[in-house]
Amino acid sequence: MVRVEPGLRYTRTHEWAKVIGDIAIVGVTDYAQSELGDITYLELPPPGTAVKQGEPMGVIESVKAASDIYAPVSGEVIEANQSIVATPEKVNSSPYDEAWLVKVRMSDPRELDILMDEAAYEQFLAEEAAAH
Amino acid sequence: MPVQYQGIIVEHQTVRTVAGLFDLGHMGQLVVRGSDALAFLQYVTPNDVARLRPGEAQYSMLLYPNGGVVDDILVYFHPVGDHYFLVVNAANTTKDVAWLLEQRRGRSDLQVDIIDVSNQTGMLAIQGPKAETILQRLTPIDLTEISSFQAVLADVAGTPAMVARTGYTGEDGFELYPPIESVTSLWDRLLEAGTPDGMLPIGLGARDTLRLEACLPLYGNELSAEITPLEAGLSWVVKFDKGNFIGREALWRQKSDGVPRKLVGFRMVERGGVPRARCEVLVDGHVVGFVTSGTTSPTLRENIGLALIAREHAGIGRPLDVMIRGRPVRAEQVRLPFYRRTR
Repeated sequence: MVRVEPGLRYTRTHEWAKVIGDIAIVGVTDYAQSELGDITYLELPPPGTAVKQGEPMGVIESVKAASDIYAPVSGEVIEANQSIVATPEKVNSSPYDEAWLVKVRMSDPRELDILMDEAAYEQFLAEEAAAH
Repeated sequence: MPVQYQGIIVEHQTVRTVAGLFDLGHMGQLVVRGSDALAFLQYVTPNDVARLRPGEAQYSMLLYPNGGVVDDILVYFHPVGDHYFLVVNAANTTKDVAWLLEQRRGRSDLQVDIIDVSNQTGMLAIQGPKAETILQRLTPIDLTEISSFQAVLADVAGTPAMVARTGYTGEDGFELYPPIESVTSLWDRLLEAGTPDGMLPIGLGARDTLRLEACLPLYGNELSAEITPLEAGLSWVVKFDKGNFIGREALWRQKSDGVPRKLVGFRMVERGGVPRARCEVLVDGHVVGFVTSGTTSPTLRENIGLALIAREHAGIGRPLDVMIRGRPVRAEQVRLPFYRRTR
């Protein structure tokens, strides 16, 4: 069973955002890592990069597949997790904690309204599973 | 067969260090029999079927007249010695049968039957350094007497099966062909026998990384209607001296003129992602070929691949650039295979 962490905001492309003031800490969900399998490569936007909600901001690759990472919110990247780039397998073992990917200073916090809370994301995962 | 059970890397390493169990029920099996079965197979395959004694197998292919590949196959001379048993790729089974029937129509001088037995035949593989030890617990025959590419009929956990020392992982191991109705119980018995040693069921993902490290070709990647066995580095399969066969003339011409492309191995020496099939390969900014297979090697812990490139650019140590998401990423050509077992 995949884990959904309470208190986070979620995208339909399986990223999460943890909001602290005007900063969003961003990662990919437990579901995303379990679908991808063994993760071997990450490409993250460097600090200073402007990212836009719903648009690709990075790449995550596993042994079997490559996938884009989409920005859950718009804003400026203020930090990228360099230690996770060196140990991408931690996305598998700790997707909500050690494997945060970037911190974004949000330009429009109202964008959070279109993201899902944990209950809605759980529902979304159940619907995805039923559709397959 | 799922892509993975527990995870590609753990399954891969388990096959390299202990053993893994594969359900290969998707593969196709054909029986070729009749008084001219040998002559027919000599005509439709490039390897020399006459070298097989009962209970021996060889890697071979079905070729188009232009030398392109219909499929890559295993040809067994059945241990009983009265027919040949072909193992073909799942997705190609229908195409292969149609192709063989078409060739038979063109050779009405030959008395031969081609029967698709995929629906009656199960296929399991047990591969890895402990495969022999584990399988031996379930069969009275002495497995040490079966050498590589040999097959016998045996009782395995109460099921009659053809047991062959063949595989697609680069490890020692066996492929088993029980009747389809026994396959699930045999799977359970094998898993039970190997679990104390740490054996795991293996999915398609690890099957691909294992075969790629061992540099075993995959149809649709290293071989296709557009790629000849000579280009794919499999000239040993083509026995020009055995007499006529479909594709011989075209391959002989290619050999005489010089093979234009070569399959090479490479490893990525720059960060930038995992090379994948069909990525373009560049030298000095010019496209010289494409990646046929690529992955993160669980054994080597680096990104590796095979590429089909213009012959003049091939050479161990020479650089290539692989286009990954629109960016050239530096790679270096390496000796093949990427992995060879030491035992």
